[in-house]
Amino acid sequence: MLKNKENLGMKIIIYVVCVFLAIISIIPFWLMIVNATRSTTEIQQHAISLIPSGYMMSNLKILLGKSFNPAVGFMNSLIISVGATALAVYFSSLTAYAQVAYNWKLKNAFFSFIMIVMMIPAQVTMIGFYQMVYKIHMTNNLAMLIFPAIASPTMVFFMRQYLQPTLSMEIVQSARIDGAKEFMIFNRIVLPIMKPAIATQAIFSFVASWNNLFTPLVLLTDQKRYTMPIMVSLLKGDIYKTEYGSVYMGLTLTVLPLIIVYLLLSKYIIAGVALGGVKG
Amino acid sequence: MKSKKPGYDRYAKYGYVFSIPFAVAFLLFSLYPTVYTAVIGFTDLKGLGMTTIHFLTDDLFRNFKTVLANPSFQGAFRNTIVIWLSNFIPQMLLALLLAAWFTDRRSKVRGQGVFKVLLYMPNIITAATIAILFSGFFGYPMGPVNDLLVRFGFAEKPVELLRNKTVARSVVIFIQTWMWYGSTMITLISGILGISPEIFESAEVDGANRIQTFFRITLPNVKTILLFTLVTSLIGGLNMFDIPKLFQNGGPDNATLTTSLFIYNQAFSGSYMYNRAAAASMVMFVIIAILSAIMFFVMRDSDEAQMRKQIKQQQKAYRMRLKSEKEGKA
Repeated sequence: MLKNKENLGMKIIIYVVCVFLAIISIIPFWLMIVNATRSTTEIQQHAISLIPSGYMMSNLKILLGKSFNPAVGFMNSLIISVGATALAVYFSSLTAYAQVAYNWKLKNAFFSFIMIVMMIPAQVTMIGFYQMVYKIHMTNNLAMLIFPAIASPTMVFFMRQYLQPTLSMEIVQSARIDGAKEFMIFNRIVLPIMKPAIATQAIFSFVASWNNLFTPLVLLTDQKRYTMPIMVSLLKGDIYKTEYGSVYMGLTLTVLPLIIVYLLLSKYIIAGVALGGVKG
Repeated sequence: MKSKKPGYDRYAKYGYVFSIPFAVAFLLFSLYPTVYTAVIGFTDLKGLGMTTIHFLTDDLFRNFKTVLANPSFQGAFRNTIVIWLSNFIPQMLLALLLAAWFTDRRSKVRGQGVFKVLLYMPNIITAATIAILFSGFFGYPMGPVNDLLVRFGFAEKPVELLRNKTVARSVVIFIQTWMWYGSTMITLISGILGISPEIFESAEVDGANRIQTFFRITLPNVKTILLFTLVTSLIGGLNMFDIPKLFQNGGPDNATLTTSLFIYNQAFSGSYMYNRAAAASMVMFVIIAILSAIMFFVMRDSDEAQMRKQIKQQQKAYRMRLKSEKEGKA
């Protein structure tokens, strides 16, 4: 009886804390969305309100009337994220396959190398990268934000961890006997086997690329090439200083697609985060 | 080991062939920029649009000396460490507590799926957006926080909150904690679920309470994951850029200036001191390289330990089979 009471008390504490944390997760975005529908005067009178108002369209009009162009930012971000993600998952799978399926002399050395460079962030080498790109006049070229994804050490690491226990060499061998070329075997047999890992890694690669601010901020100077996070940073500029409603509108426009996609894919995303943890 | 038929290794060359795209892209987009950054650190490269480099002739290490002696670099480094530490500790404690609750066999928390989805959500949202959103929340004279303060009588009139260094820094720390504890929690949960349930069962039979179970069994068993989280979080923390940049651009009075932001400001806003930025980058690079090396050795060791465990299990299975075969004969 005592045990049960104790358990009940514990449970109440757990639920109270969890609900509180969940509210903290939601409330900033809720306030943002609500304020996106309120006029600047309303916000100035009371900046907190949980009930939407009717100024969504006028906020949108003011927002789009200035340098903020979410469609352009959306397209550029989409091109970069899709391109980088496709290259990253394909070539990481290929590199991982080379690790798992073949016995070559430098195999282990190469993998050790991948593990060593895995943690080194792009930021600390940005000065050299910028100078290199500037020299070949490619600063406003989206390709410079896409092609580096071919070498994604972290993803190679994950793909290898996935492929090692999953790939059966018997299938590869029988395909060879049927006369399939090695590259064909990878494309037709190995890639489909890797689908679950590819899906998880693709989501994270896409999100990371979509949210990246540093590299685009350094490389892109042409307004027509701006990505979504750079567009967002324009909202801090002086031209929106007094237009509170439209700033919230702009922020909402950048967040909403992410939240929708997240809620749709949350099952896979949470599973993917969990997978990332067991790598240690 | 499989028996190696003659000619088995004629496929070995594909190992090299399939690694070429990665290797080429890495050389071009990672290694070359790294070396180039290091080289620039020893030159006089500055000014917008300059690309020709001349090595420093008077003192090759001048940029490094200037950067290390620069009070705003030192301040930025201190800020980075302070901000990281004060978000990592609460983040870790909160994540551990939640992970312990969610995996507790006695409480069986319902609705875990929903909680996980909601608590992880801030992590997926663009950091740039979140930074601007929060700087709006703390806006003066009329931001939501000021609205609350005035409405509930904590302040008579709106306060310029973000003029205060402590407030600004605390908000950055809060955002970082808020964005990352969900991710750490999920990682820890999956680590705890990986512990063999028999250990927990026997602890329960022995009458261990929740706290004992947590400290004696759960914690020691997720040591590697804790270390992994520590190192990745530290490396991420050392590169903190988006939030401090767009929240208050390092202000007020450099209170939220991080090393990444320092490097960015040196190179790309106004002064175009590529050489000093490169020197600062290399200082950070060395620190991160040391951290990665530690991580590499720890992870390799845990891999080896796992392998040893597997070998032992196989040996045990083999002995068991021998034994049962013997018994079968008898």
